[in-house]
Amino acid sequence: MEDLLEILRDLHPEVDFETCDTLIDDKILDSFDIVSIIAEINDCFDVTITAEKITPQNFNSAEALYALIQELEDEE
Amino acid sequence: MQNHVLNYLDQIVAVKPEKIAFADDREEMSFAQVYAHSRCVGTFLHRQGIYKEPVVVFMNKQPREITAFFGVIAAGDFYVPIDEEMPAGRIQLILDNVQARILICDARTKETAEKFAFGGKLVLYDEICETEADDEALREIRSRAIDTDPIYIVFTSGSTGVPKGVAACHRSVIDYIEQLSEVLEFDEDTVFGNQTPLYFDACLKELYPTLKFGATTYLIPRELFLFPVRLVEFLNDHGINTICWVVSALTMISSFGTFQTVTPKYLRTVAFGSEVFPVRQFALWRAVLPEAKFVNLYGPTEGTGMCCYYKVERDFAPGEAIPIGRPFQNTEILLLNEKNQRARQGETGEICIRGTSLTLGYYNNFEKTGEVFVQNPLNTAYPELIYRTGDLGRYNERGELMFVSRRDYQIKHMGHRIELGEIEVNAGQVEGVRLSGCIYDDIKGKIVLYYVGTVEEKDLAAALRSRLPRYMVPNRIVRLEQMPLTANGKIDRVTLKGLVVQGRNS
Repeated sequence: MEDLLEILRDLHPEVDFETCDTLIDDKILDSFDIVSIIAEINDCFDVTITAEKITPQNFNSAEALYALIQELEDEE
Repeated sequence: MQNHVLNYLDQIVAVKPEKIAFADDREEMSFAQVYAHSRCVGTFLHRQGIYKEPVVVFMNKQPREITAFFGVIAAGDFYVPIDEEMPAGRIQLILDNVQARILICDARTKETAEKFAFGGKLVLYDEICETEADDEALREIRSRAIDTDPIYIVFTSGSTGVPKGVAACHRSVIDYIEQLSEVLEFDEDTVFGNQTPLYFDACLKELYPTLKFGATTYLIPRELFLFPVRLVEFLNDHGINTICWVVSALTMISSFGTFQTVTPKYLRTVAFGSEVFPVRQFALWRAVLPEAKFVNLYGPTEGTGMCCYYKVERDFAPGEAIPIGRPFQNTEILLLNEKNQRARQGETGEICIRGTSLTLGYYNNFEKTGEVFVQNPLNTAYPELIYRTGDLGRYNERGELMFVSRRDYQIKHMGHRIELGEIEVNAGQVEGVRLSGCIYDDIKGKIVLYYVGTVEEKDLAAALRSRLPRYMVPNRIVRLEQMPLTANGKIDRVTLKGLVVQGRNS
């Protein structure tokens, strides 16, 4: 989780990712961020986030995103 | 002879009044509605005595923003689009530059609009579009129109930190729309899916051909560009067959394996530009749309829109660049070497544009205009302007024009044209920053800002976010103990570039 938070904080140092659960709803993340996050996650966790997993629900909070990473890790 | 962009609208409204012209996820407007709204807005401005003046349009992206543009033109004025996506500081600079007497807003932008130092009057679109159209007054305005009168001003990044307003006229827009339509073969069945913001020239590709042919444009909700599967579903739901997008929007779809879940069903024309299309990503698009026409477009805002095109009809090896090809009809590209002579085949030169598609120059800025809109050095007999793009190009062995690089510190990032100097100027204005140097990591496509000073990295990031458009905010900000300097005391960009390469591997 700490690795993920670091990726996110690099992009938006001003956001408290441990509590925020409206990253998409409040337009905090934009398409630049999504692309960067997916690339960093691919590098850092060695999982591939495919298109159908790129949904508002999965990116609305760090927690949801981390759950997605774990789910993908379990599959591999 | 057509001398006015709204002639397109006058003609089509007689033929297809009920067809949908512009739509988004909230509203659809037929050509009859577009015509009616634009005449009401035009009449309102006329009654206010606003003629041959800039009119600021500050609305959320929606069909009514487009009819506001047309209304401004109907009144003989020119529109200056601004948007909530722009940082407040930039909007203020634009307002200061154009000195408009009227700003058209909507219910959602009004509150923001009221916060600016603006000497003119704020009016609500939904109120002024209730004005009863005055046919006689509008006819009279039209009869006096000259095709070299401006119709809009859009702003691009400036190296001194002040954005420059490019003013374009009827004639250059008509020329552009006619040539572009021929190359991309638009027709009445064209259904556009618009991606680009309405505050840049890029949206001309959809707005005016929609009027010319009686086509339809869907404004795609911005948030869909975060979610590739939903985006492709949107294209399919609306029967969208033509897209002119920045490359990063296309690669966002292809690189995540979207096509394994859903594929575009109706696309027949895919135009792209503003940055290099990686060949591997391009191949994914081509494989899924073998029958579609793919066209690479190139052109600066100062040349109205695009000025060169290349229809991709052969295969490219990974790492090979797709050419920018050849100029549109009625435009010439002069490739000038350092001696201001035509570059020979294989020789690199600056891409310069000659023709009707040249815009009028930078609004309220004769100095900057004179630096790049210059006398054609190959013509010593009579006045003739060319525009020096600052882009370097060369012809390949097939005689196709290739983009090589920029001459200066301007870069293309996510489809946007950015002066790295503008980022440095803005960083320098933040308290606690002594020196800063901005580098573009062209391998990873990231803007990296190095600085020395007392401010924390995250506070500098937050400060830059309030000053710069999102696409100009550095992707990485790094504080240094000392700024590397060259022998004559300038920031040593070669050393900084080395740091970027190191940082890439760490």
